[in-house]
Amino acid sequence: MHPQRKKRLVLVLLVVFGVGVAVALALGALRQNINLFYTPTEIATGVAPEEARIRAGGMVVAGSVRRSSDSLDVTFDVTDGAEQVTISYSGILPDLFREGQGIVALGRLNQDRVLIADEVLAKHDEEYMPPEVAQALEKVEHMKVDGYTPPAAN
Amino acid sequence: MNWSFFHKLGSPKWFYDISGRWLPWFAVAGVALLVVGSIWGLFFAPQDYQQGNSFRIIYIHVPAAFVAQSCYMMLAVAGVVSLVWRMKLADVALKCAAPIGAWMTFVALLTGAIWGKPTWGTYWVWDARLTSMLILLFLYFGIIALGQAISNRETSAKATAVLAIVGTVNIPIIKYSVDWWNTLHQPATFKVTAKPAMPVEMWLPLLLMVLGFYALFTVSLLMRMRLEVLRREQKTRWVRETLEKLS
Repeated sequence: MHPQRKKRLVLVLLVVFGVGVAVALALGALRQNINLFYTPTEIATGVAPEEARIRAGGMVVAGSVRRSSDSLDVTFDVTDGAEQVTISYSGILPDLFREGQGIVALGRLNQDRVLIADEVLAKHDEEYMPPEVAQALEKVEHMKVDGYTPPAAN
Repeated sequence: MNWSFFHKLGSPKWFYDISGRWLPWFAVAGVALLVVGSIWGLFFAPQDYQQGNSFRIIYIHVPAAFVAQSCYMMLAVAGVVSLVWRMKLADVALKCAAPIGAWMTFVALLTGAIWGKPTWGTYWVWDARLTSMLILLFLYFGIIALGQAISNRETSAKATAVLAIVGTVNIPIIKYSVDWWNTLHQPATFKVTAKPAMPVEMWLPLLLMVLGFYALFTVSLLMRMRLEVLRREQKTRWVRETLEKLS
């Protein structure tokens, strides 16, 4: 390769490397701010700020959804496998909301460490399958455990 | 290694001839793939067990997002060639591909928003994947604007090449955003290391659509580049002869 071109190529690579390092350091410093939500463990251990609007994310615990009979009020627990957080919400839940589904709720923690949410979003997972396959899988799961167990939080 | 192919690329006339021969093949392949892929995906692929029919937007969303990112990688490679080897055709490719990439990014963002409302409950959320994709759109806008703002061809080529190269830092961020941070956007369904989290009757039409989008991208890029080459070389004899033959 021509020495002049080689010099320019090295220069270009150095610039890319330098910018890459700078961006990596910046993102590392902003690490927590880029996360969309706090996990229940982070809320339980006090990483998440109180008295501020935060997002909490996790799987809806099976059997924890309690709906009010005369209003749209609903409370439910979310878990990340280790800790749980109770979320209280008033409004229409997204179509994908169900037990075992990942959700993200935006709101404030009150004194009892219940998240009073004003927005609940459903998180979709990367699994796609036809309904018949999903039913067949469920059937197999039921035969295996022979009775009721809560859907595994994955 | 044989570099003659690479050096021939420096000749606009050679590019004009060879691209004219390639173009019909890519056009036919692109149309066939897109027609078969979209009919298969929209009418014959099974529904999703959770999302029902709304998941079918994947057949536009994923190919557009793939091409948007690949196109940016191509811009960066063209930028390096243009800076290091001072090849004018690389600058033509960079300038012509940027608007196509911007449109692909826009389509990916738009279809994602349309899908997000029924699935997530919101059109937009400032999570890492969506934000980094929006930054990609702004990078494309920056490259287009910078290229148009500088009238001197050589300076404009250098400036856009530098911006295209620096912007590649964003590409791995888009790719790994769903793994590095908590996001609302789900992780990748297709990974090199694992089986796709989707049955074959769903991903086969998607594969056709992805290939179709790449063919469509190639066709529009070649057409734009051929026009730009003619415009830049309009004073040369071969362009005048070509245009005379056409009219």
